[in-house]
Amino acid sequence: MNEKVAVAGKIEIRINEAWCKGCAICVEFCPQDVLVMENGVAQVCNLEACTACGLCELRCPDFAITVKKG
Amino acid sequence: MAEKGKSNRVQVLSGNEACALGALAAGMRFYAGYPITPSSEVAEVLSLELPKVGGVFIQMEDEIASIGAIIGASLAGSKSMTATSGPGFSLMQENIGYASMAEVPIVIVNVMRGGPSTGLPTMPAQADIMQARWGTHGDHPVIALAPYSVREAFTLTVRAFNLAESFRTPVVLLMDEILGHVNEKVVLPLPQELEIVDRVRPQVSPQDYLPYAFTKNGVPPMVSFGEGYRYHVTGLAHDESGFPTNQPEKIERLLLRLNGKLEKNRENIVDFQVDDFDDAQVGVISYGSSARAARHAVRLAREAGIKAGLFRLKTIWPFADQEIEAHTKHLKAWIVPEMNLGQIAHEVEWVVGRSIPVHRINRIDGNPINPLEIMAKIKEIA
Amino acid sequence: MFDYETYLRTSKMPLIWCAGCGDGIVLKAMLRAIHKLGLEKDKICMVSGIGCSSRLTGYVDFNTLHTTHGRAITFATGIKMARPELHVIVVTGDGDATAIGGNHYIHAARRNIDLTVILFNNNIYGMTGGQVSPTTPLGKFASTAPYGNFENSFNISGLALAAGASFVARSTVYHATQLEKYVEKAILKKGFSVVEVITQCPTTYGRRNREGTAVDMMLAQKENSIPVSRARTMSEEELEGKIVTGILVDTEKPECRSEYQKIIDRFSQPTGSVETKR
Repeated sequence: MNEKVAVAGKIEIRINEAWCKGCAICVEFCPQDVLVMENGVAQVCNLEACTACGLCELRCPDFAITVKKG
Repeated sequence: MAEKGKSNRVQVLSGNEACALGALAAGMRFYAGYPITPSSEVAEVLSLELPKVGGVFIQMEDEIASIGAIIGASLAGSKSMTATSGPGFSLMQENIGYASMAEVPIVIVNVMRGGPSTGLPTMPAQADIMQARWGTHGDHPVIALAPYSVREAFTLTVRAFNLAESFRTPVVLLMDEILGHVNEKVVLPLPQELEIVDRVRPQVSPQDYLPYAFTKNGVPPMVSFGEGYRYHVTGLAHDESGFPTNQPEKIERLLLRLNGKLEKNRENIVDFQVDDFDDAQVGVISYGSSARAARHAVRLAREAGIKAGLFRLKTIWPFADQEIEAHTKHLKAWIVPEMNLGQIAHEVEWVVGRSIPVHRINRIDGNPINPLEIMAKIKEIA
Repeated sequence: MFDYETYLRTSKMPLIWCAGCGDGIVLKAMLRAIHKLGLEKDKICMVSGIGCSSRLTGYVDFNTLHTTHGRAITFATGIKMARPELHVIVVTGDGDATAIGGNHYIHAARRNIDLTVILFNNNIYGMTGGQVSPTTPLGKFASTAPYGNFENSFNISGLALAAGASFVARSTVYHATQLEKYVEKAILKKGFSVVEVITQCPTTYGRRNREGTAVDMMLAQKENSIPVSRARTMSEEELEGKIVTGILVDTEKPECRSEYQKIIDRFSQPTGSVETKR
């Protein structure tokens, strides 16, 4: 599984690149601009700003992004 | 005493009633159907009787819904049945293919009436022979049985369930209007005299269960929904695990197993009865209520010193081709009386080739075939 | 935040759906609702028809049945009548449930059989390439409506409501949390329940109708949604092109399988044996 994990403090964002289809729903609905599209898949670019609100996970249609708050 | 016990059990039943009782005796506990002449009595009897044994009867909004419901109920573990006639049987065809593909045991009773279209709702025909075989699209297996008496409407209904359960396949019981509505004096078998077959259950744990496994006899074990084996059922081409596949080798393997499983077990499926055949020179092949006329004609012929014999098909599909071939050897000719334009006669011609003539006697005007008409043909040939 | 994978057949993933399709968001809401209710996986039977949304049953770790086009509700009816202890959830789309399967949809509502129908409404036949559906709005384009749709469209929640369903709610993919609550209520309801979800098909509907990306389409769901309480104060003209969201009906009435159980309880014979004599 091509999984990318970004961890900052207690927040962990996992992106399963094999499942991500690059629709950008997570990127556009993130209120803190934490995510960005790169080469057709979502990437974490600004983890420090993440509040773990979970909107990206809620709306990802492909189960490709998960947010954990430790 | 035994004889006295038996005489107490004499009753007068129609074929439709006997069919309903046969289904109950076979363990059928779910019926869904839609009213249609001449089959409705099957539904009426079952609406009365099923709740008494804890079973379920439901009248659906059409025949497509009826067969959908019985497939669902069968997957949920109930032996299930529907009954209909030509127009309803036509509507069911797509889901008959589904039951073939997904290997769901169900029984479909078709009390045949004159067609095409609305045709002759209250008059008999035997013209759904080919629809029973090829009504749904694609290469597929199917079993069809044809009873010829009220008692046999009971026993072949039991057999229809046994075959459906044994081979995980839809089974069509081809009755006709005469048989459905005729009332006969019968003594039905007692429940303890019947052989009842249930689907083979898996011997493995849920993790190892393959709902479409390749087994020795071609039939995978089956478990009901809700019993801890969470599996997937689809009408799409699938692999052994039941999930869709588009890999050519897996598709071919599935379809060859599906189409081969009845052929593999044909001696347990193909059933027929011969009367007066040992020295016969003229053979009559018939089935369903036409076989009643045929039997009478053969008896008249024997009384007149003509060596005639009856070969009665009890299993219509798979076709008794090997058995008919074996009975052709000493014959001058076959006669095939049937209430259609030669649907079984055509199969017989295919079996015997040009070795002997195949004479057709067809009736398509909603009336039964007269034994004297068959007798006349026997005389002509002999 | 939520362990979806407990409920998924992950070996079958990624999902078949196009990038930006809303169906996966609905699936997530359904799984959260099922988890919240604490339902046993073995006791859930999910039944679907044919179409994009109906492929959902291949991905969830329940008893799953992918049936023929339009007929999911009939198979589900058989399952529920035969094994009432199962939670039977139907997954279907606008074409599947209201065109080819329309008769079964209204009769299941009339009988009030205890099924939960999650109806994915994307206004188009996606899987076959974007043909016009019973919910394609007047004037919109489809591969078989190249000059614009010249037919009126269905209010499919209204149809279920009029036919006698116990519970009918409408939501959108954008309102995923609201959707989850409606699914939960629908499963809990003893009777025929429908949750109509407005979901986007960016591939065959959005592109042809210049509605932008999946994100644009979800934002339009947000913009156009009117809660049912407010919609009741609005005129038909004002509601043109709007999505009325909320619980449209939530009522108690006799349920088909429970009524049948009363008959069984009253007439079943203690021995349960079958007589071959009438």
